[in-house]
Parts: sequence; structure tokens; C-alpha cells
Amino acid sequence: MEYSFLYELPKIVWMLIGIAAFLAVIGLMLVLMDTPRTRRDRWQALLFLAPALVLLLGGLVYPVVRTTVLSFHDGSGEVFVGLANYVWMFQRPEILLVLRNTLLWVLFAPALATAIGLLYAVLIDRSRFESVAKSLVFMPMAISFVGASIIWRFVFAYRPAGQQQYGLFNQIVVWLGGEPQLWLLNQPLNTFLLILVLIWVQAGFAMVVLSAAIKAIPSEMTEAARIDGAGAWQLFSRITLPSVWPTVLVVLITITVQTLKVFDIVRTMTAGNYGTSVIANEMYSQAFQQGQTGQGSALAVFLFVLVIPLVVVQIRRNRKAKELA
Amino acid sequence: MTTTTPNVADTDAPSTGTGAPGRVRRRLGGSAASIAALVIAMLWTVPTAGLFISSFRPAEQIRTTGWWTFFSAPEVTLANYQDVLFGSDEQLVSYFVNSLVITLPSTVFVLGVAALAAYALAWIDFRGRDWLFLGIFALQIVPLQMSLVPLLRFFSQGVSLGGVQVLPAWELTGAMAFTNVWVAHTVFGLPLGIFLLHNFVSQLPPSLFEAARVDGAGHGKIFTRIVLPLSAPALVSLGIFQFLWVWNDLLVALIFTGGDSATAPLTVRLAEMAGTRGEDWHRLTAGAFVSMIVPLAVFFLLQRYFVRGLLAGSVKG
Repeated sequence: MEYSFLYELPKIVWMLIGIAAFLAVIGLMLVLMDTPRTRRDRWQALLFLAPALVLLLGGLVYPVVRTTVLSFHDGSGEVFVGLANYVWMFQRPEILLVLRNTLLWVLFAPALATAIGLLYAVLIDRSRFESVAKSLVFMPMAISFVGASIIWRFVFAYRPAGQQQYGLFNQIVVWLGGEPQLWLLNQPLNTFLLILVLIWVQAGFAMVVLSAAIKAIPSEMTEAARIDGAGAWQLFSRITLPSVWPTVLVVLITITVQTLKVFDIVRTMTAGNYGTSVIANEMYSQAFQQGQTGQGSALAVFLFVLVIPLVVVQIRRNRKAKELA
Repeated sequence: MTTTTPNVADTDAPSTGTGAPGRVRRRLGGSAASIAALVIAMLWTVPTAGLFISSFRPAEQIRTTGWWTFFSAPEVTLANYQDVLFGSDEQLVSYFVNSLVITLPSTVFVLGVAALAAYALAWIDFRGRDWLFLGIFALQIVPLQMSLVPLLRFFSQGVSLGGVQVLPAWELTGAMAFTNVWVAHTVFGLPLGIFLLHNFVSQLPPSLFEAARVDGAGHGKIFTRIVLPLSAPALVSLGIFQFLWVWNDLLVALIFTGGDSATAPLTVRLAEMAGTRGEDWHRLTAGAFVSMIVPLAVFFLLQRYFVRGLLAGSVKG
């Protein structure tokens, strides 16, 4: 079938209608607001906030309540089952595996991504190629997890022994005299290879934020230490690390929240097969593929509960930082 | 701010005269540091480079040899892109258009709605304002998984209270079906969007607003004439982030689009190709770059705003 751009035309027209309608409604609202009759602050505030409130109440607040309620119901959402979905979650071996995998992700991804980001930020600080060096490591942040996953699937690609390998990983193994392997099928190693993809994406984030923190260290401090004869390691462990430690914690928590919710990487790399599923993937699979709304909702609630303490700590830290600034 | 020194990647750039032993130690530390930095930089670029090079190699060569052999016998073709964009199997160009049609409105809507809300929360006095701000702020912690099932039901079944249909289902067909995913993305982008813009808008000097009010300007005028122009940097930062989130999103699109070339974005199609055509590397390599070209362009052109946004806390919860 010959491709015809006419096929896309309705989409683009609808997009333009959507944007135009949105801008028209808002513009009209702003003009009408300034007619003298409606000069009451209370009502004007309500108008300004109305679109946001409708969207947030309907799209987040109500759904949170509804999902929590659904987590106490069966797959159809009709029959109340008490805590059965939560009992199911902590008893079924395949879900326990999912929880164990999520734990592995949380233990390794944030710590390694932050450590590599910090190391790299320190290494390239004030070097001649700093901005180029930063762009290289930061670049994965811009592309999608799906794109990153395809990049890494290609690295792990497998051809039977004896054939030419085109996956870099297996080629290196062969060069070193080993047997090529189906890396993504190899449990539990495959979970770590998936974690590697997230580290690859998030290290750039850690690097950029930590690099900014390193640049904020007063130069008098490092100068003084240097005059006192401190070496590179001492400079790092006595001055740099303590100075950027609060930022390290912020970065760690931020990446941990991202890690808990990781979905795209697992979906694209293995679709959760071969023992690699995590909570977010299992939630999708239960609620949207198997029609088990109750079990899916229970997983979502569990994820929510895991995220809450992290974000509370994060907000506290942000506030403190604001007060200090 | 940054002073450039001749020794690359040296953590302790020498400034004052140091003794010979110090210099030797530093040089050693310097070269080890350079090597370590180089190794990390390689690990972070070689996988992407491999995919990029492969996307221009003939399908037959991708299947039989590694991309590193490209340098000994370079052969370049655009056939993979031609095939993946317009060929009858994939027609990624449709998905590319879908990605744009999903992303642009979702970005404009979040910017508009969040800017209005941020202004009201920062500069209009009303009772309960602080509580409302705190409530919206707190919504940042909700993982979108909590909202997917009910939101999808809202679109497909409408709202019924005690058996009475209050709102009908959104039975949108054809191109109008994009509206669901616009709404979903707007909802999920709002808490952080309002928070970021509020941070910026509330820092504008109060004297501006007083002067405008003395001149008789209402809130509508103040918003369009003062707040929007002055908030341009914050709006650009938020716009970039929302654009990249939506363009790169897989989960929301999987649930709120149909999954075929009528509405699904590139990410959905690529994830599916990776599952069903996992060995068709000539298509996957080119397809992956088709999906990356827009975010990479945004990233390299607007890196300054991107970094500024990151440092201001633009990481979606």
C-alpha cells in the first residue's frame, strides 16, 4: 500500500482544533474576568483555579480513592473480598519474585547511578572538555526508556556459537574465549542487566545535579586544603563529599522513586518474562491484560505506600534547603 | 565561573607553585582520572553509537556482522529508514505524527492550566489558599499507577452514581480519540507544573502588581501582560520537560491510546516491535532513531533550559 499523507490530515486538524479551542476558552475567560462586575477576588481565584481543580479532582484525587476501594474487591470490581488481594500479593511465589526484583532494583540502581554520576562529575570538573563530556553522559536522559532499552537489547543480542555475533557484549565474550549467551534469559543475571539500563539513563541526571553542587563549593575551602597539602583523595573525602552530601541524598531519593515505578525498561527488554517482572509491570499486566482489577489495584496501592515516605523526606529536605537559601 | 586548566580531568587543578613530589603525584592522579573519565564516557556513548551506525548499514550486513566491522568496509544506506518510515509493515511516519499530535496539546494544556493556577495561588488573596497549595503540592507523590484504572473507566464508561448515569462515556472515534490521552497527560503533568511555575511566579516583585492594580488592571490583564511575559524562562523549562515526558512516555500511551497506527505513538509501536520482531535489527535500529530524533534535537538546542529545569526540581514523581 502506497503511503499517503492524507491519512494523517484528520489528526493534525483535530490537534489544531484542540489547541485553538483551549486557547480561545482561556482567552475569553481572561477578558470576561476584567469586566467591572466580577471584581471579587474570591470568584476570580476560583475561575483561575477551576481548570486545574477539575482535572486534579477528577483525574487524581477521585481515582486514588477509587483504586484503594478497588484493591479490596475482586477482578470485576463488584465483590468485596477484604484483604484477599494483599494476601495474594505476599503469598503467590510469582508475585514474591516480583517484589524481590523490585527490591533488587531499589538496592542497586539508585546507589550505582548516583555513585557513577558523582565520580564522573568530580573527574571532569574544570577539565577542558567539561561541557562536551557532560553532554555525552547526559544525553541518555533525553531519549525514552524504550529507546534506551532497544539500544541495550542490541548490545545483549545473541547469535548461536560459531556464527558471527552482532551484539557487542557477546562479541567481547567470544573475543575473550567464552561462549555466547542468551543474556536476557539468564536468571537472575537478567534483572541486573535491566538495572544497568536504568543506571545508564539516570547517571546523567545525578552527574548534572551533583556537578552543580560541586561548583557551589567555595573555592577558598579547596584552596586552603590544597595549601595544607591535601591529596586528590583527601580533597574528595574531606571537602567535596561532605559538601555535596545533602545533594547526594536528594539525588538518591529522586532516583529511588523513579526506580520503584520503573515500567518501560522491563516492558521493552523482556515484557516481564524470564523472572524479570517488577511491581509497576505486574500492575499493568494484572489490571490491563488479565482483567484482574482488584489485584492490579492492590499492587498500585502497595507502590503508593512505598513511595510516600521517600517523597515526604524529599519535601522536608526541599523546604529546609529553601529556608537556608 | 569555570576556569579551564591545561590538564584534562584533573580533580585538583594546580594553581600555586607546588613542589616536585606534589606535581608527580598529581600527574599520576590526573592520568588515572582521565582514563576513568574516558571509560565512563565510552560506556555511555558506544551503545548508542553502535545502534546509530547500524541503522545506516544494509539489512543483510546488520544480520551477519557486528557494527564494529563497519569501519573496515563502510557501506551506507538509507533503506532502513525508508522501509521503517514508509514501508507497508511499519509506516512509522504515522506513529511519528501520532507522537506529535499527542505531545503538542498535552504540553500547551499543562502550561496554560498550570500558569493560571500558579498565578491565583501566588497573587490572589482568598481564604484557604495555603491549604489548597499544600494539597496540590502533595499530589506530586501519587504514582500514576493509582489513577490508571479509574481514569480509563471514566473515559470508557462515564460516571454513574447509584445506577444513574451522571456523565456519559466519551465515545470518541477517529482522530478525536486523541482527546483521552491529552486529558490523561495533562492531569499527570499538572501537580509538578503548578509547583514549578508557582515557585517562579511567586518570586516576581510585588511592586509590579501594586503598580498595575493602581493603574486599574484586573487579574486577567495582570496575568496576560505581566505574569506570562516575565515567566517565559520558567514556561520554557516546564514546556521542554512536559514535551519530553509525553514524547517518551510508554505507560500512559499504552492505556489511553488504541495501540494501532490510528492513535498510538512511536514508543508504543517500538516496544511492540521489540517484542514481536526482536531480531529485525535493520528496522529496530532505524525505528529507535526515528523516535529519538525529536528529543535529541530538543535536548541539544535547549540544553541550558533543560539543565536549569532539572536543578529546579523537574523530576516527575
